Amino acid sequence: MIENRPWLTVCSHLVLLLGVFIVALPVWVALVASTHPSSAFGSGSIPMWFGDQALANWQQALVGKEGQASDLLRMTVNSLIMALGITFGKILISLLSAYAIVFFRFPFRSAAFWVIFFTLMLPVEVRIVPTYEVVANLDLLNSYTGLTLPLIASATATFLFRQCFMSIPGELVEAARIDGAGPIRFFFDILLPLSRTNIAALFVILFIYGWNQYLWPLIVTTDDAYYTLVMSVKRMLSVSDGDIAWNQVMVSTLLAMIPPVLVVIGMQKLFVKGLVETEK
Amino acid sequence: MSVYFPQKYLPYLLLLPQLLVTAVFFLWPAGQAVEQAFYQEDAFGLSREFVGLDNFIELFTSPEYFASLLTTMVFSFSVAFLGLAVALWLAVMADRVIRGAMVYQTLLIWPYAVAPALAGVLWWILFDPSMGPVALALDAIGLDWNHFVNGDQAMILVVISATWKQISYNFLFFLAGLQAIPRSLLEAAAIDGAGPSKRFWGIVFPLLSPTTFFLLVVNLVYAFFDTFGVIDATTQGGPGQSTTTMVYKVFNDGFVGLDLGSSAAQSVVLMVIVALMTVIQFRYIERKVQY
Repeated sequence: MIENRPWLTVCSHLVLLLGVFIVALPVWVALVASTHPSSAFGSGSIPMWFGDQALANWQQALVGKEGQASDLLRMTVNSLIMALGITFGKILISLLSAYAIVFFRFPFRSAAFWVIFFTLMLPVEVRIVPTYEVVANLDLLNSYTGLTLPLIASATATFLFRQCFMSIPGELVEAARIDGAGPIRFFFDILLPLSRTNIAALFVILFIYGWNQYLWPLIVTTDDAYYTLVMSVKRMLSVSDGDIAWNQVMVSTLLAMIPPVLVVIGMQKLFVKGLVETEK
Repeated sequence: MSVYFPQKYLPYLLLLPQLLVTAVFFLWPAGQAVEQAFYQEDAFGLSREFVGLDNFIELFTSPEYFASLLTTMVFSFSVAFLGLAVALWLAVMADRVIRGAMVYQTLLIWPYAVAPALAGVLWWILFDPSMGPVALALDAIGLDWNHFVNGDQAMILVVISATWKQISYNFLFFLAGLQAIPRSLLEAAAIDGAGPSKRFWGIVFPLLSPTTFFLLVVNLVYAFFDTFGVIDATTQGGPGQSTTTMVYKVFNDGFVGLDLGSSAAQSVVLMVIVALMTVIQFRYIERKVQY
């Protein structure tokens, strides 16, 4: 504290509370809307306080109406498979390639590095049509491989691990070699334990990235057995305007945002670390 | 580091998975896009003919493409400016209060985890002309809100949705930047009689400029490439073309309009833009390292 200005402190709190309020407003409305019957949305405004249909709506969404099973659970599983597949895939191949680039000297080392760097410049959105064609040619549409594999090349994760490995003192490598440890032993017994926090921090960031994929699952899946949560909300909205079941849309929206939000709040320290380190 | 493992073939084996995925899903499609950009394909994909630079010429002379370029600029700079301004304001306030800064941080950062498409849907409902509370409040003060017909209002809506999600990110970086500023500097200025606003503009803001510049680039990249979901889940580029950004147009012309040649040419243009932005980002990081 530099000086005591009580009014300014009060103002700061007010501004922050206003910020928190605006940030939370859409989710509040979604939460409230998910507790009303669908008839509540036909006329007038969206209710601002909880209704009594919460249990019924969530039950219908999660268990399904009588006679037909719910899609949401399967979509949740699909989302999880996609998010975890992308996360573990990215971490695995980035660990390996960063290991090769930092701890070995071989011809074309810098060429390999630049090829990986190049992927940073080609987000999937800008080359969406040809990427779709490649995946279609490989017969990977409507499969978990098609959902995850094309997204697991990651320049940022490779850079982060490279940075982290380069800070490991050369004496450690020397000592390991004198003690007779080969590169594989070194990788598992020394490198992996040393990069544990980096892996965990990256896990948080990549899980959110994978879970929130939207365009890619939208175009590579036409079979509803492979739909994911985030993309399905859009499909629920693409019926004619009067027929949208807003309460069900809100339940799905909330369900689709709960896992990543929980990950961010629960692992806040790792999340902040991961965010700051992947970007620098 | 100067100690390496002597194995000759192991490193190639280690690099293989990453390079394979990169080659198949990044370089090959990128190459295809470049090739396709020089051909004109009929709508059924049965035949194609080499047309040279025609796709590009058509693109750069089409008023629609310039409209989408303009839309992208308006959208990206609005998102970046609004996101930075709000986040900086909140971060300065959070840096001021001693009690509860961490609580505010927790309450402000979670939107980072919300998918852009879902952020769009949430705000879409708040602004729904017939039942959204915000739209009704605007109607009550005499502002007729209908983003289904009014292009400017549709743009405002996607800007708000996209910004809402990004504030958390900017906030974290600004807060970290603010906490890194030495207290002694601010105390010295206070003793010399500089008030809070003078200290902010005279000391804090200039010292934050590396963070601000970094965030500006990141936010522009985000608005360019990661906001497809916001637009697709809400306005779908409309009404008319008023929210069709360049990335949305690549998708729309390719998958909906089936004009593959034009879509590929647009991909090539976008790749050049990303390459430029990446170079700027790295230049900046290199410069920072030399400090």
